[in-house]
Amino acid sequence: MIKLRMPLLLLAVIPLVAVSARAEPVSGYAYLTADMQAMQDDDFGNPGMLVVEAGERLFSRPGNNGKSCASCHGEGGETLDVRQLARYPIYSEALQRPVTLRGRILMCASDRLGGPPLDYASEEALALETFVRHLARGQPVEVDVSGPMAPYHAAGEKLFHTRYGQVDIACHQCHDYYAGKHFRGQVLTQGQSNGFPGYRFTEGHVVGLQERISECLTNLRAEPYAIGSDEYRDFEIYMSARSNGLTIETPAIRY
Amino acid sequence: MHMKLIRHLSLLLAVMLSPQQPVAAAERTPPQQPYQEWQAENFAIEKPLGGLVGDAERGRAIAGDQHRGNCLACHELPIPEEKFHGDLGPPLAGIGSRQSAGMIRLHVVDQSRFNPETVMPGFYRPPHQLNRVAPELRGTTWLTAQEIEDLVAWLVTLK
Ligand code: HEC
Ligand code: HEC
Repeated sequence: MIKLRMPLLLLAVIPLVAVSARAEPVSGYAYLTADMQAMQDDDFGNPGMLVVEAGERLFSRPGNNGKSCASCHGEGGETLDVRQLARYPIYSEALQRPVTLRGRILMCASDRLGGPPLDYASEEALALETFVRHLARGQPVEVDVSGPMAPYHAAGEKLFHTRYGQVDIACHQCHDYYAGKHFRGQVLTQGQSNGFPGYRFTEGHVVGLQERISECLTNLRAEPYAIGSDEYRDFEIYMSARSNGLTIETPAIRY
Repeated sequence: MHMKLIRHLSLLLAVMLSPQQPVAAAERTPPQQPYQEWQAENFAIEKPLGGLVGDAERGRAIAGDQHRGNCLACHELPIPEEKFHGDLGPPLAGIGSRQSAGMIRLHVVDQSRFNPETVMPGFYRPPHQLNRVAPELRGTTWLTAQEIEDLVAWLVTLK
């Protein structure tokens, strides 16, 4: 047993860090250097656009029944409703559960194109998600977490506030309390979701939100969840709603 | 040559030169020493972990080493040869004149005893209290008892 007596004086020296908690959402873009912002803004210089283009090619690739995504949604997805895209993850009444954007795409690949099914963690699924989300670039994120979404949102919020790994810190401690502070050479952001899938400048590839969460969990010396797991779905619901009002930037450039 | 290319190259260089985030779990070999139980009283751990004797010079090296303490990630420290010092936590210069060795030891072992909401990692929290630790690191602490004592030995000299 570890005994703990409370000299009240000591408590007074603990810095008050909670000031920036639950502040207005700020996009990760605001924390980029001007050079990196310019790179994101220039479609020819933004390396993430290569994945958007790869996704666009997959969008018109026929599945087993000869149909492609473009057969239903128009060349380049022109008949997709970008306002609706900005609402993902949504609650599916038909399935009686929430569906992420990538999850929705996988369902189309299996059901509407007659397969072959795509793996949630595959590069193809990520490229398709990147392309489709890019169509909604400029739209404000608008995720509805009321009604049947509420319990999933609450589960995601709980995960975001759970300590993980040998480092033993929770997401909100870095991303709610310390945005704008420096973690060694690195500026911490709020960890917003609006730029994902996005291009990770330091890693040199595009990652979705779930892959990005895995990277933070790995840095915390924790065991990441599986891409496509219920835990990541709930993280995504909470974090997307946390980004409500921010503009979709896919493919963003991020550290 | 294009200006854009030059800009991208210089960005890349800047990133290569800047320190990385905490290392991936797999890059670290788990400490070999068995876990040493400790007791905190009045916000201090008076007894050195496992009765070990710390070495201040090694402690300084650990504080700046991003694969071990990485204290620099969050604290400004009197280690001028390192370029990037974080500011998530308070500067630690002078800590040795403000606090006792026992209190400093508890800060490094388990800062959550002072502030349950702290962002500072527990460098020597009891392994069974940790959640979802990477499989290859289960049952271990981030720093070894010897590394904790080395850090304490250095921090008390920061007058
Ligand atoms: C010890 C601090 C720390 C903790 C704890 C932490 N992260 Fe991060 N996170 C970072 C750093 C550093 C970055 C890179 C800079 C940035 O974007 O904030 C980052 C980036 C991110 C990003 C990308 C934001 C962007 O716009 O590029 C997301 C999303 C994210 N983290 C989510 C999480 C989640 C979810 C958790 C918990 C499982 C978590 N983080 C825990 C330090 C942390
Ligand atoms: C992820 C951030 C982070 C890292 C890494 C970190 N600290 Fe801290 N540390 C803090 C914060 C923040 C505080 C301020 C109190 C609080 O919020 O808990 C603190 C407080 C302290 C204090 C008490 C200072 C005072 O004036 O009361 C000491 C001593 C300390 N840290 C030592 C260390 C050492 C040694 C290491 C490396 C082995 C380290 N810290 C790594 C964030 C960190």
